[in-house]
Amino acid sequence: MLKGKNLLEPMDLTVQELEELFATADDIIENPEKYAHCASGKLMGTLFYEPSTRTRLSFTAAMLRLGGEVMGFSEPASSSVSKGESIADTVKTVACLADMIVMRHPKEGAPRIAAEHSRVPVVNAGDGGHQHPTQTLADLMTIRKYKGRLDHLTVGLCGDLMFGRTVHSLIRALSRYENITLKLISPRELVLPEYVRTSVIEKNGMEYEEVRRMDDVLPQLDVLYMTRVQRERFFNEDDYIRLKDTYILDEAKMNLAGKDMIVLHPLPRVNEIAQEVDKDPRAHYFDQVQMGMYMRMALIVKLLGLEV
Amino acid sequence: MVIDSIKNGIVIDHIKAGRGMTLLSYLEFDNEHDTVAIIMNASSARRGKKDIIKIENVKGTAVDMDVVGLIDPGATVNIIEDEVIKAKIRPTLPKRVENVIKCRNPRCVTASERGIRHEFVLNDAEKQQYRCVYCDEMVSMQEE
Repeated sequence: MLKGKNLLEPMDLTVQELEELFATADDIIENPEKYAHCASGKLMGTLFYEPSTRTRLSFTAAMLRLGGEVMGFSEPASSSVSKGESIADTVKTVACLADMIVMRHPKEGAPRIAAEHSRVPVVNAGDGGHQHPTQTLADLMTIRKYKGRLDHLTVGLCGDLMFGRTVHSLIRALSRYENITLKLISPRELVLPEYVRTSVIEKNGMEYEEVRRMDDVLPQLDVLYMTRVQRERFFNEDDYIRLKDTYILDEAKMNLAGKDMIVLHPLPRVNEIAQEVDKDPRAHYFDQVQMGMYMRMALIVKLLGLEV
Repeated sequence: MVIDSIKNGIVIDHIKAGRGMTLLSYLEFDNEHDTVAIIMNASSARRGKKDIIKIENVKGTAVDMDVVGLIDPGATVNIIEDEVIKAKIRPTLPKRVENVIKCRNPRCVTASERGIRHEFVLNDAEKQQYRCVYCDEMVSMQEE
């Protein structure tokens, strides 16, 4: 039963609940008109303390396509946050007005505070370098659609594995499926945080390998998940400049990969995927955006317990 | 070195050598009024060397067992009444600690948001490793 739940990290959803969301998303794709007015009279509060284009628009599109309404702020400067209001107070206020809250915040764990003070469901739309569970829903749905399964996969995660919250969330979600092998491709400075390695990968007995060169593992991959080195996560600009172009996926690299490998990216990209790759049929990062919207629609339907 | 025994109060014994000052800093005693003695590197049959903390004229409840367990689960807490050990308590590693240790991750929401309790849960008992419930940052109490 998803009604009234919070989604702060991917493990807040059981595998069964995930299946429920996939099935709902499949049905939305098949029968969009059935869902077009089911959220009529419902209001979503979007609290974006950090700039976001894709995620905010995706949540907005999802709610509007269900016939609901959206209110909120897209940067803290335009809200009472700029006057020094605490997260708890902002959330208590918005929970009096909206039926659910979607929060993005640069500080890790901020949505948990929101959930502690909210009487309506809270969805984490990204908290610092920590978690991004609805991106994970998009990722899983895309893998499921284009690979036909979520188990028995070799998944390469490439780029900024330290601050890449989408990577942390995806690894957690995949840890519950059978026979997942991870190839962790990153520079030494941006390796996966210890807590993810020990308390998720090793604890669940997942097979993994840390590698520095993408070429070494490309032929083995079923899924390549590229990430951007995020300028906003660095305290030191020099480190960012040194590391930002460590991995660039181009046509030559794609030639090393299997013909069934799929390429995902949470977007936005900067240089890490050359534009020439976009026309490769294995590139699915824009399909991923669409899958993300459908999964967010499914999530809204379930969290609000909407009748269709 | 000879330190007088206390008539009433608490003796935290068998603290791993070098951990006594850390433990004392986490236990919140009244610096102005409580009589506190710390003995460092005393000889110990069990541990080779040990630290000891003695606090005079306080009740057993004055010591937070979770804090003792967190800093050194091998320590023992003796409650002394009329120069007799009335109770000997062995703390255990707490499953959860609130407002004792602080998260060191500068990106954690607890670093900036006011009025939040600092909460950690035990992640790995063998490594005495705790996890911040907000940002998942790990802290090993063996290294604290």
